[in-house]
Amino acid sequence: MNAIYILWLRELKRYSRSRSRMIGSLGQPILFLFALGFGLGPVFQKAGQGNYFQFLGPGIISMSILFTAIFAGIQVIWDKQFGVLKETLVAPVPRWQIMLGKTIGGATIAVLQGIIVLFLATIFGFRPEINLLFITFIYMLLVALFFTGLGISIASVLGDINGFQIIMNFLVQPVFFLSGALFPLQDLPKIISIITAFDPLTYGVDGIRGTLTGMSHFGLTVDMTVLVVLVAIILSIGATLFSRIEI
Amino acid sequence: MADSIIEVSHLTKRFGNFTAVNDVSFTVERGQIFAFLGPNGAGKSTTIKMLTTLLSPSSGEIKLNGFDALHDKDDVRKSFGIVFQDQSLDDELTAYENMEFHAVLYGISSEARKKGIKELLTLVELWDRKNSMVKTFSGGMKRRLEIARGLLHHPKIFFLDEPTQGLDPQTRNHMWQYIKNLSEKEGITIFFTTHYLEEAQEYAERIAIMDHGKIITEGNLEDLLKKTGEKTLEDAFLKLTGSDIREESAGKADQLRMHRQMRGR
Repeated sequence: MNAIYILWLRELKRYSRSRSRMIGSLGQPILFLFALGFGLGPVFQKAGQGNYFQFLGPGIISMSILFTAIFAGIQVIWDKQFGVLKETLVAPVPRWQIMLGKTIGGATIAVLQGIIVLFLATIFGFRPEINLLFITFIYMLLVALFFTGLGISIASVLGDINGFQIIMNFLVQPVFFLSGALFPLQDLPKIISIITAFDPLTYGVDGIRGTLTGMSHFGLTVDMTVLVVLVAIILSIGATLFSRIEI
Repeated sequence: MADSIIEVSHLTKRFGNFTAVNDVSFTVERGQIFAFLGPNGAGKSTTIKMLTTLLSPSSGEIKLNGFDALHDKDDVRKSFGIVFQDQSLDDELTAYENMEFHAVLYGISSEARKKGIKELLTLVELWDRKNSMVKTFSGGMKRRLEIARGLLHHPKIFFLDEPTQGLDPQTRNHMWQYIKNLSEKEGITIFFTTHYLEEAQEYAERIAIMDHGKIITEGNLEDLLKKTGEKTLEDAFLKLTGSDIREESAGKADQLRMHRQMRGR
C-alpha cells in the first residue's frame, strides 16, 4: 500500500511544481465559460431555461476534470518513452498497485482542477448550492478516476505518442460534446439522446449538476450507480493492460 | 562447481520474424564483473530486459540469485539493482525524493531509508545537492544518482546497461571507480553491457561477445586472446565477429580489413 501512496505523492508533487501546467489547463474552461456563457446565455434565457451559467457551470467543471484526467493517464506514454516508467516496473511491487497509485494521483489532480474551475465559475455568476458539496466531490472523484483509468488503459496499449491526436479528436472531444455538459438532455432528437446515454461523462455531469443546482436528469442514485460500476470496470481493465506492459 | 548467481539457458526472444536473442546460454559467478560486449543491435539490451523481468522470453530459462525470473518475479526484482541505458530519473523531483521514491517501492523502512540515502548520496558525492531538482543535474551527476538509487535496496546483482554512454572520459573513469569499489567491498555481482572495447578490457573479469543475437564466445581476456591468437581485444573481436565494433556498416569494416591486409598484418 505504501507503493500506492508514494506514486500518488509523486503525481501531486509534480503537479504542484508545474505552475504552467496548472495555469495552462485553466485557459480552456475560462474560454468556454466566457464565450458560451455570454454567447448562448440570452438564447437560453429566452427559451425559458433560466440563467445559462447556472446550467453551464457544472458542465465546464466536468470538462476540466475530463481533460485533466485523460491527460494524466495518457502521460504513461511519455513515461514509457522517456524511461521513468522502467524504474517502477522493475520494482518488487505488483503492477496493479502501480497502476492504482498512478490513477489515484492523476484523479486527485483532476479533482483539484475541477474545484479551481468551480471557483472560477462563481466569478462568472454561477451560484451553486453547497449543502451537497461533499457528494459533488464524490462525483468529481468518480469521473476523474474513470477517465484517468481510461487514459492509462489506452497508454498501456499504445506504442508511442502518435496516436494521441486521434484519441483527443475521436474520443475525448465527442465524450465532452455529447455529454449534456453544454445542453439539457430533455427533448433531444432520438439519436443524440441514445448517444448521450452511452457517454460515461453524461452521468458525471448529471450528478455534479444535480448536487450543485438541483437539476438532475437521471436522478442522483442512477448517476452514482453507473459511475461506480464504470470505475470498477475501467480499473480492472486498466490494471490488466498495465500489467502486460513490456518495454 | 563455482557459485553461480545468474544462470541463463537457451534464452530466445523473437519479435515477429526477427530473432533478437537467439538461443543464448551463460552463467555468471557470484561477485564477478561480467561484460556483455557487442555492437548496437546485437541483442544486449533485449537480454538485460529479460533478465530484469521487463520482457518475457519467447523460450528459455533464467535463474537469478536462485529465483526463476519468469515465476518468482518479486524475489528476482529484490535481488537486483539496475542502471538503464536511458535516463530513468524523475526530473521534476529532487535527488533525495528520487531516492525516497525508490526506497518506498522496495519496502525499505523509514530508518534504514534515511541512513541508506545519506550513505549512498555521500558516496556518489551528491549529498550537498540532495535538494536540487534532477533536471538541473549534468549527465554525469544523473548517472551517479542512478547508481546510488540502484544500490539502495542492497541488491546482489547490479545491472548496468551501457552505463557510460554519452559521458565524457573523465566522468567515465570516475564512475568505474565507484563500481569497482562496490564489487570489491560488497561483493556485488556486476553485469554490464557495453560497446566500448576498452571498458570491457579494463574492468571486466569475464567477457561475453554478442553479435546478431548470439553469444559468439565467452571467457576472460586471456582466454579470448589465446583463442584468437591476437594481441588486443580489438583484434580478437574483429576476428571473431568479422566486423569492427566501432563501425556500424559492414562496408567500413571490410575497408578496414583490406587496409590492414595491405599493411601486411
